[in-house]
Amino acid sequence: MLHTFVAYVEDLPGVLTRVASLFRRLNININSLTVGRSERPGLSRLTLVCEASAEAGHRIQASLFKLENVVDVDDIAQAPSVTRELALIKVAATPQNRSQIFELVEVFRARIVDLAPESLMIEMTGVESKIEGLIQVLNEGEERILEICRSGKMTMRRGHHTSRVLRAMGAGVAEKPSPEDETTNAVEESADIEPA
Amino acid sequence: MGSNANTQEANAHLTTPTRLTGSEIVWATLVGEGVTDVFGYPGGAILPVYDALRKFPIHHTLVRHEQGAAHMADGYARASGKVGVAIATSGPGATNLVTGIATAMLDSIPMVCITGNVSSKVLGTDAFQEVDITGITLPVTKHNFLISRTEEIAPALRQAFQIARSGRPGPVLVDITKDAQQGKAIFDFAAAKPRPYRPHPMLNVEQNGLDHAVELIRNAKRPIILAGHGVSESGAMEQVRTLAERTQIPVALTLLGLGAFPASHPLNMGMMGMHGEAWVNHAIQEADLLIACGMRFDDRVTGTLASYATKAKKIHIEVDPAEINKNVKVDVALVGDLREVLEELLPRIGGRDGSAWLKAIDASKGACAVRDIKNLPDDGHLYAAHVVHDLWRITEGEAVVVTDVGQHQMWEAQYFHHEKPRSLITSGGLGTMGFALPAAIGAKTACPEKEVWVIAGDGGFQMTAAELSTIVQERLKINIAIINNGYLGMVRQWQEFFYERNYESTPLVSPDFVKLADAHGISGRAVRTRAEVESAVHEARSAPGAFLINFLVEKEDSVYPMIPAGSALHEMIRRPDHDPLLESPEDL
Repeated sequence: MLHTFVAYVEDLPGVLTRVASLFRRLNININSLTVGRSERPGLSRLTLVCEASAEAGHRIQASLFKLENVVDVDDIAQAPSVTRELALIKVAATPQNRSQIFELVEVFRARIVDLAPESLMIEMTGVESKIEGLIQVLNEGEERILEICRSGKMTMRRGHHTSRVLRAMGAGVAEKPSPEDETTNAVEESADIEPA
Repeated sequence: MGSNANTQEANAHLTTPTRLTGSEIVWATLVGEGVTDVFGYPGGAILPVYDALRKFPIHHTLVRHEQGAAHMADGYARASGKVGVAIATSGPGATNLVTGIATAMLDSIPMVCITGNVSSKVLGTDAFQEVDITGITLPVTKHNFLISRTEEIAPALRQAFQIARSGRPGPVLVDITKDAQQGKAIFDFAAAKPRPYRPHPMLNVEQNGLDHAVELIRNAKRPIILAGHGVSESGAMEQVRTLAERTQIPVALTLLGLGAFPASHPLNMGMMGMHGEAWVNHAIQEADLLIACGMRFDDRVTGTLASYATKAKKIHIEVDPAEINKNVKVDVALVGDLREVLEELLPRIGGRDGSAWLKAIDASKGACAVRDIKNLPDDGHLYAAHVVHDLWRITEGEAVVVTDVGQHQMWEAQYFHHEKPRSLITSGGLGTMGFALPAAIGAKTACPEKEVWVIAGDGGFQMTAAELSTIVQERLKINIAIINNGYLGMVRQWQEFFYERNYESTPLVSPDFVKLADAHGISGRAVRTRAEVESAVHEARSAPGAFLINFLVEKEDSVYPMIPAGSALHEMIRRPDHDPLLESPEDL
């Protein structure tokens, strides 16, 4: 199954190697990994997605916690959460066929962020399937994709479950979605178009 | 060698912040952490540190190979419970430590390794003797540090000690660039104290779990306690003993658990697993409850997992959450320090009558129950089992035995009966040949008042035999028993059982070990018959210095019983009938 781990790690040289090395040792491929600053000074937040057996989740989380530079680990599993990915897509486009792409971009609620004589760049944020959808439509059309750059998934639990709250609840380990999580779902879903 | 200690001066550094060089800070921090002995080998990138050694009350043992330094620090830690310290230079000095670090990692031994590295300005340029040792040791250390600034040395070292000894212990490496050693900074020992220790967030001993465990123990008909290295690491010997005695549950031990529960105790079953007695493994297969205390269901203990103790519920008391359900799925996990968990558990546990199960186990022992090889007739052959058994008898089990890896190690585990923790020092998890001699130097340094015996095979002994010089230079009284069968014995045994006796690359030519010892200024003698064993052991014990005995034992003897790797626990290879070591009541 697909596992998603969110971890707070110290912002120091070599920390990413330590995290990645754990997966390397278990011979688990990392599907996506995003790292950036967090709300906590000196700590980076990373979202790591990998394919592993259902039982592996516990051991990976326990092993991540054993790393000195890892401060918090959350196994998102099936908990209510929001996942987003950012994609930059460069498409070959001439003044003649630009308008078609503009239409597509509109439908997918993406943006044009760069326009050159022979190409344009699309920026899109969304769930994986939405980005796959746009790429698929572009591939099926006349347009030629020149470059794709994707950020990998970023995941955040719904509701007020910051890492600190989770820990205070003792839920950083075994996630049990509370009723309030459910209530926020509808709001978020309506804001998205998820192409089939 | 020396340590012209000016203790007062060194201690002044600890109480008053002082401006020191990085090298002085290294030693001052070690003094502050309670270190009295280190094992190492100098070289270019660590020379500033060595230059400062004479100012501090620390004894340095010069090794002959850095692998020896790591094993010595390891043996020192295993014998004393303190953190062992090894020091090496950059490049090859650092890489030579790696086998010793991995050995300590696999057996959860608290150790701090300090390596020098090239100057920070040339890091990553393939400078002379530069190697990425933090990268290399990342998977075999609990944590490591690359320190390039003088002011970072004390905090990193102090944190290294905390990491090494806390939770599930393990080795930590601190790599210090030469310019950081040479620079100066204010040394403030108190201010460099590590941040508060953070227990693993997944430690979890719930009321439910405790209640469930109590219920399982109360209702069990055929329970067994499985005791591992965690018993002595956590200091839970008394608690395990109380649990066993109150509930009349027998105790089976892992290799590293030997000594944590007295061998002479009526509830002691001895070692389980690949070379455990068949009746012990059968009992585990028949059990309806296993209480695993500080052990990790290693493959050498379980055999094939699919058929391991299928009738048993399992309670796992373990300090490392990553070990839970790793190999064996358990019914109750009490994740915490073994001693603390047992102290919580014990008040809820009442007495129970275990006599029926104990009788059933006793009846299953058969001929093994009356094993007493000392009474076997002397047929002129010398068997390793005789040697180990006699050694145990003559030393009255009081010696600290440091073994290498292989057949002799298993014979030691079978025939030397350990009553106390830290009396057997052996490489379990990694199975590192060459471990015994250097580890014994560490053990003897830690416990100079104890009688220390090395038991090594002719193969493993030659891997680190250079450390004989270290024994002489340090004037250590260490007795060495080489179990010499002219083969890499355990590998030969596997070839006999599983490779149609194709003894490829296992016959071994060795030097005359007695002459080798003599060349080092160590006395010794060779023993070829059972009759000579006792006098040789006495001679070794009464010799003023180190003593080596070359026991020329039966060449093609095997360790029985044995579970072939990948087989179930009850599918053991038993002793063949013609084996003179097969015990039967008539021999008594």
